[in-house]
Amino acid sequence: MRPVSEKGAKEKATMDAVAQLQRQLVDYTASLFHEGYLDDQFNQLRQLQDESNPDFVVEVVTLYFEDSERLLNELTKALQQQSIDFKKVDAQVHQFKGSSSSIGAQRVQKVCIAFRNCCEEQNIEGCNIFLQQVKHEYTLVKSKLETLFKLDQQILAARVDPGSHVIRFLQA
Amino acid sequence: MTLNQQFCEMNLSDGKGSMSSVSSVVSSAGWRAADVVADNQFPAGLRVLVVDDDTTCLLVLEKTLRACQYEVTKCNRAEIALSLLREKKNGYDIVLSDVHMPDMDGFKLLEHIGLEMDLPVIMMSVDAGKDVVMKGVTHGACDYLIKPVRIEALKNIWQHVVRKRKNEWKDLEQSGSIEDGDRPQKQAEDADYSSSVNEGNWRNSKKRKDEEEEVEERDDSSTLKKPRVVWSVELHQQFVAAVNQLGIDKAVPKKILELMNVPGLTRENVASHLQKYRLYLRRLSGVSQHQPNLSNSYINPHEATFGPMASLNGLDYQTLSVTAQLPAQSLATLQAAGFGRSNTNPGVSMPLVDQRNLFSFENPKLRFGDGQQQQMSSNKQMNLLHGIPTTMETKQLANLHHSAQSFGTMNMQVNAHGGQRSQSNSFLMQMGQPQSRGQILSETSGEKVLRLPSTMEQPILSSGLAGGVLSRNGIGQNGRAAGYPPVSQTSATLNLPINHAAEFPSNSFPIRSTPGICNLTSKGAFQEEDNSDIKGSAGFIPSYDIFTDLQQHKTHGWELQNVGLTFDPSQLSNSRQTNIDATSLVLDSQGFSSSQSGRNGNASVVNKSLYSAGVGTQLVNAENVGQRLNNLHVDNSIRVKAERVPDPSCPTTLFPEQFGQEDLMSALLRQQQGSMGPAENEFDFDGYSMDNIPV
Repeated sequence: MRPVSEKGAKEKATMDAVAQLQRQLVDYTASLFHEGYLDDQFNQLRQLQDESNPDFVVEVVTLYFEDSERLLNELTKALQQQSIDFKKVDAQVHQFKGSSSSIGAQRVQKVCIAFRNCCEEQNIEGCNIFLQQVKHEYTLVKSKLETLFKLDQQILAARVDPGSHVIRFLQA
Repeated sequence: MTLNQQFCEMNLSDGKGSMSSVSSVVSSAGWRAADVVADNQFPAGLRVLVVDDDTTCLLVLEKTLRACQYEVTKCNRAEIALSLLREKKNGYDIVLSDVHMPDMDGFKLLEHIGLEMDLPVIMMSVDAGKDVVMKGVTHGACDYLIKPVRIEALKNIWQHVVRKRKNEWKDLEQSGSIEDGDRPQKQAEDADYSSSVNEGNWRNSKKRKDEEEEVEERDDSSTLKKPRVVWSVELHQQFVAAVNQLGIDKAVPKKILELMNVPGLTRENVASHLQKYRLYLRRLSGVSQHQPNLSNSYINPHEATFGPMASLNGLDYQTLSVTAQLPAQSLATLQAAGFGRSNTNPGVSMPLVDQRNLFSFENPKLRFGDGQQQQMSSNKQMNLLHGIPTTMETKQLANLHHSAQSFGTMNMQVNAHGGQRSQSNSFLMQMGQPQSRGQILSETSGEKVLRLPSTMEQPILSSGLAGGVLSRNGIGQNGRAAGYPPVSQTSATLNLPINHAAEFPSNSFPIRSTPGICNLTSKGAFQEEDNSDIKGSAGFIPSYDIFTDLQQHKTHGWELQNVGLTFDPSQLSNSRQTNIDATSLVLDSQGFSSSQSGRNGNASVVNKSLYSAGVGTQLVNAENVGQRLNNLHVDNSIRVKAERVPDPSCPTTLFPEQFGQEDLMSALLRQQQGSMGPAENEFDFDGYSMDNIPV
């Protein structure tokens, strides 16, 4: 990002910054798709966003984060039990798979599939491995999405108040 | 009267939640013809109910559906969804449900909806396995979507709504609108339909229905729109009775319609309901074969009593109970009896839970899995009425079934069944069957109405007693009742605590409850619950009532108020038919059991218990129903049946009313043959003493 050096050319800088941010956003998003973190379902979500619901994507994804964290905690607990209830674990993984698929978190979804297989086989070790993996993937996609949102917000902010936000951002 | 009106009339139920028998939900719940395809705006505004326990998915779905311009209601629990649907019948056009939900299996919900509301349901899951998808198919889902659900997929869901309406419409047309009373039976789409609706029967039900008129004129112009018939317990019982009467294999919508004689009901309604019923039966039997399986099973008294049911084990019971609405206890007993199990639990109110669903065939089945106990909450009773005489003792069920099966021979069967009415199931069976029985009887006698013994003054609590218990007021008189397979009106009569079998007095059969009784339009009384749907149905109700009562309580004792059998005097006045209906209902329930045994035996069995007056209360199953039966004055003997759940003769008739009905029918027929009057008595279900039924 081109650092804004002259305060005087704030406007231009702002515009440039905004443009840059936008480019960044586009590139970043593209990379997420490319790397498989997100799939087309995410695009659907974006398409669903409109004036009547301008924060839809953020809303849904935030909800997903909340649900997922809770679910992952439960999963962890369930697998720590003396006698593991595989059916329950499987149901939870299934649910996690469902919600991940609804926002387009592709890699998470894929790990869930493998995770479920272990549940069916009642493979404790396998389950634990996949639990770790799913947590990992989840964390990854979470941070990436958060970055994405931030970028988005910055662009919005830049448009609204080009001076302050953009500059602050750029300076960050 | 327009179809709608007729439908409205048919809905007797108090409209509360209960599925009014043929509620003409016309206007397809808000879909006006104009909205239908014809309208440019369609499918915008389609009222969708989406159910998913995952909040993220739910939110995404909601948004996606909104993007399709649908009117969306979301909920994350199946129970809530069901209550939403029940509250606002016709408030939704289509339902989308997730398969895996913690509080209730998506398929179960599917069944519920299919039976109660007959709405198209689309299943969704992130799981795309063939088995799961197949399950969706067998449970009646109209589509299965894989998550994440894309908007393109949702954009087309309206087709299911349209298709359904269209079919219904067509059926309606075909069956000769009620309004006309008799529209010339149409051009049978289905070749088999032949019938001519029975005006007389309709009248009865019509009267009842008059009170509730839900009119929503259906738009003729819209082929898609058609009043949605709500299959109340009563109605269902009538239906089952009719089917049993005709024999499951021969049951064609036209004839069923005629037998049922429910004003405002179209052949199409019957056809689609029949389809569901068949599906249900199939599931019960655990095979996808056609129903004959069921009948077979029924015929084996005791063994699985429910033949097919047996396979379901437990599940069936529930189903049966549900359908039969046998009092939980009866159901339990029936089930126990039927399944050869030790009483499962008297309290089990057989999965009456689904009673509400007329067809809760499926549900009940599932329920069984849960443990029969599913006490079917009164609401659920309705399902029982469906003729699944759950409580019917196996024998009876068998009998009934038997009778149901061979509708043609029902008459005979009835007699034969007399012996067995294993009541509780019979009741259930009866419930379903009675109707058929009644119909058969009436047919045989020329009267459509089940001529339940004139003595039926008392509303035969359809609770199961219906079968024999149908307290046909005069049942005692006829000894003939014996002929009736314990019509366990199981469905309706079952409500009556079978124990009360004694209650089924020959005379006071609160036939009402037997929805099964065809003509007994006691339906009105039934309604306590949704099961009363049948209420509207002429006469059906009694038997269902029983079941409903089971849960509901309503007709405690044999007052199955609405149970088809309600042999209310007024109903009686309708014609003896009512009596007969009651009888048939009763018989049915009883018959179920008897059907199994081949009948007379059952009938008598049932009758005996039921008919105090020596009328074999077929209510054997009534025992279960006993409670309700109390009112019915069924002979104690009969009641005994109720108590004794494991009535060997009567397989816990979880069998759908068909069985019972057959027995009933036969009993009725026998009686009728003897004399219309007496026959009525017999069928008063006082106790379907089948053997007594002097044909």
